[in-house]
Formats: sequence, C-alpha cells, structure tokens
Amino acid sequence: MNTSIFRKIRRDRAFLVLLAPALIFYILFRYVPMFGIIVSFKDYNLFSGIWKSEWVGLRYYKMFFDNPDAFNIIRNTFLLGLYKIIFGFPAPIILALLLNELKMKRYKRFVQTVSYMPHFLSPVVVAGILVMILSPSTGFVNQIIQDMGFEPINFLQKADWFRTIYVSSEVWQEIGWGSILYLAALTSIDPQLYEAARMDGANRWRQMWHVSIPGIMPAIVILFILQIGKIMELGFDKVFLLSNAATYETADIISTYVYRMGITSANFSYATAIDLFMGIIGLIFVYSANVISRKLGDTSLW
Amino acid sequence: MVKRISIFNIVNVVILAIVAFSALFPFIHMAAVSLSASEFVVRNEVSFWPKGLQFEVYKEVFKDDRLFTGYRNTILYVVLGTAISLATTAMAAYSLSRSNLVFGKTIMMMIVFTMFFSGGMIPTYLVVRSYGFMNSIWAMVIPNMITSVYLIVMRTFFQGIPREVEESSKIDGASDYRMFFSIILPLSKAVLMTIGLFYAVAIWNNFFTALLYLRDESLYPLQLIVRSIVMVGQVGEAIDAAGADGEGVVLESLKYAVILVSTLPILVIYPFIQKHFVNGVLIGSVKG
Repeated sequence: MNTSIFRKIRRDRAFLVLLAPALIFYILFRYVPMFGIIVSFKDYNLFSGIWKSEWVGLRYYKMFFDNPDAFNIIRNTFLLGLYKIIFGFPAPIILALLLNELKMKRYKRFVQTVSYMPHFLSPVVVAGILVMILSPSTGFVNQIIQDMGFEPINFLQKADWFRTIYVSSEVWQEIGWGSILYLAALTSIDPQLYEAARMDGANRWRQMWHVSIPGIMPAIVILFILQIGKIMELGFDKVFLLSNAATYETADIISTYVYRMGITSANFSYATAIDLFMGIIGLIFVYSANVISRKLGDTSLW
Repeated sequence: MVKRISIFNIVNVVILAIVAFSALFPFIHMAAVSLSASEFVVRNEVSFWPKGLQFEVYKEVFKDDRLFTGYRNTILYVVLGTAISLATTAMAAYSLSRSNLVFGKTIMMMIVFTMFFSGGMIPTYLVVRSYGFMNSIWAMVIPNMITSVYLIVMRTFFQGIPREVEESSKIDGASDYRMFFSIILPLSKAVLMTIGLFYAVAIWNNFFTALLYLRDESLYPLQLIVRSIVMVGQVGEAIDAAGADGEGVVLESLKYAVILVSTLPILVIYPFIQKHFVNGVLIGSVKG
C-alpha cells in the first residue's frame, strides 16, 4: 500500500512540482488565515500575535450581539443583497431576450459591446462617477432636477437614497455582462420551434413567451439559485467608497463594519468574531444553493 | 400582422438604444465637461458636447506626479501579477487535470473548499502582515495569486485535450516538463489569453488589497490615487498650479479628466479583446 503511494509520487513527481507553488499559496494564504480565526476567541495582543494571545472564549461574540449596531448591519447587508437580486436578476434576462429579437447584426453587436463595458470599470471609477454626477452643486442629475424647478438633493448624504443608488449602479454595471449566458442559451434553442410557433400564428411577443423563455428556463433557474446563495456576498469596495457616517443607517454592511472595527480601530478579535459569524451564515446559503442546483441540474435540463 | 411586427421592432430598437446610451452616457458627459472651457462648466451648461473646447485640464492632469507614480505602479503590478498568476494557475490546472494524479482529488477538494469559506478579512490581514508583506509590491501580487474559478476553468480546458497528444509526445521521449511547456501550453493559447486578461483587469482595478496593505504613497496604485483625488478631494499640486496661472481650471473638469485618464487603457483596449472575455464566461459556465 505505502510502496504504491511512493511509486505514484515518483511517477507524478513532475506534476507535483508544477503544482507546488499553487499548493503553497493555498496553504499560506487561504488555510493559515482560516486557523487565524481562533483570534476571535482570544484577546489579540500585538506583541503576542495570533497564536500566543490570551483566550477569552465567546466574549467578542457576546459583545457583537449586545451591540445595537448588530441588527442594523445584518439587516442592511441582507436588504442590499435582496434588492440587488430583485432588480439585478431579471434585467439581464430581459436584455438578452430583446437582443435575441434584434435582426440587425451590427447594431446588436454594438449594443452588446457597449453594455458589457461597465463590468470592467473599477469600483473606484464607478464610485467616482457617482459622486460627481450626483453632486448637489455641480452634478448632472441635480442640474436636471433644478432645471425642472426642484431643490437639489444631496443624494450621497441621505440614508434614504443609498440603496437606490447602490442597486442601480450594480444593475448598470452588470446588465450586459449578465446577459452573455442567456444569449448563449437562446442561440441553442432549436429554430424549428420558432417555425412551428409561427405556423400556429404566434406573433413575436408570443414566440418570446412560449419558446424563448421556456428554452432558457433551466439557465434561469440555476443562475437564480446561485444568486440566492450569494445574497450575503456584496462587494466591499463600492459600498465602502459610497457610504459615509451620514448614511451608515442604511449603508453600513458587515464587511464595511468589520473593516472599520478591525483595520481602522484595530479591534482585531471583535472584528474577526463578526466576520466568522457572518461567514458561517454565508456558507450555509452558498452550500444549500449548490446542493439544490445540483439536484435540479439533473432533472430540469430538458 | 406586418405592422405589428414592425412596431415590435421599433420599440425593441429604441429600448436597446437607451440601454447602450446609458452605458456610454457617463463617459460622454465626463469627456464633454473635461474638454469644456471653465465658464461653461461653472454655469453647469455642459451635458453631452464640449463647449469652448480646450485641453488645459489635461495639461494639468499630466503635470501631477502622483498620477504618474500611480500609473507606473499599476503597470508594474499588472505585468508582474499577471505573469505570476497565469504561470502558477496553468501549472496547477494542468497537473490537476490528470485524472490519476496522486492526491489529486484531495487537493482539488481543498481548493474548492476555499471558494465556500475563508478566514475572512482580519485573519487574512494579520497573517499576510506577519509574513512581512506590508508596504511591499508583493502584497499586490502574492496574497491573491490564484483565483480558484480560473483554475477550475483551465483545468476543464486541459481535460478536453485528447490523451493521444500526451501519448505521442511520450513516445517521442519527451519528459513530463517538456510535454507541458512545449506541447500542451502552445495548444492552450486561447485559454491562457482569456484567463490572463481576467487577471490583468482584476489587478488593474484592485483597490481593496492596496487599501489593506499599502501605507506608503510611493507604492500606491492608480486606484488609490484616483480615490484620493476624486473622492477625498486632495487635489494638491494640479489645482494650485492652475490657480497660480489664473487659467481657471475647474475642479469638476479636473476630476473628470482624472477618472477618464485612469480608465482609458481599459476603454481603448476593451473593444478588441471583448471576445476573449465572452469566451471566458462561456467556458466557465460549462462546468460552473
């Protein structure tokens, strides 16, 4: 038994060498930090480091749940994720269906190219554009609001506006990119189905409803479940860049709170406790989503 | 019937035009404002087309040393990071694509697990700091060296290469290394190009890693510089210089120019490489 393992190692030694840098990376930068989570059960001390600091049990977990901010940031994270799905999930499907109906090849390619582009912008650039365009004194949006005779709105200082701004910017960035998979699914629908529908007197609208949408349903279902799984995973960068003390009431999410507590205020143990708690909730979401999608994957691909 | 179809088409074309326009609008507006004479900008009169065309703002922007440093650093991180990430990902993906690799399944499971669960922001920060990566160019390259999704995409691609290719090179007496570097890799140019581009864009846009690990301004990538000029409003030299000249460069124009200059490489290259990105999504979805 042992000798056969050694023989295999000898046989595969070239491939193990090729694999080594990746393996070292995963151990040092992905697994060591996982063990570093124990810092949340300790009182982190700069001089003792992660491994030698004193144990304090669940003190920091209790501290989080006693904190009035806790409910707020959990709610904010969940709601932002939920709104992102409600508005961000159907948008690429609709775009793909419309693009698919377009007969002008070059115009279609133009719309596709242009609408994929925002996906590649950095969060700093998107946040920068928003700050400028929404500025109460010089921004384009307030210019229009004033031209119509209303008072300018200081959008980024108002907690009420944060979710709208964040979710619309997400839709703007991802609508085109998200449509790629649906477009691919649409091109694989058998043209005979459309022909049959036309024979039955279905107009373009009905063809879309009765042929196109059922044709991409499996893709819709799988992607929807995966999206639900990632509901708690909001990007840190854009929320961090767009939020400020005036909007924390709606804009403060787990990752920005963890950053402020951990990196800005150096409460490493407290911040890690929050992060781990949310990480486990996220894990449950993602894992269940994957189990469900795998189950459906076998049966619903008709 | 014919008329109904044409109404459908017209509505469709109009909706898609709105989508395309809204994707482009911020860039048209930014370009217009940054190229307009200051009196029009101050009066908020510029929307889609520059009024009183001038290039003063761009002269000021290119005088700003910080932007230069940012550009230089970002290019360094992108070149170094993409090379290292692509090499290690391809090597690992190929090894893991071999179905009988010793410990292959265990290692694969270990990699997939990291996609579901991680140590989180703070433990990762503390660990990376303890390795001595703070304020080092390696902080931008090593802690995010491999993206597991890309590794899996590449592995799927390598699994699709017929076994005969490997066997024939074995018969020719090539070593395993030679087989990988001179036979497998040349066959994989398309996937290497695609994944390389994804890595390059991710490093170009990376803000978070720099925010966490870099404190020394001379190491700041473009993203941090843009943030400090546009969001925090440390306009510094450029605006002082403008004030001294009495040229009247408006802050708003200057900020738009900075945003445009920092995004320009992506905007210019993007239309030409778009198909590689699209291919990447489609390859990824086969397995994902």
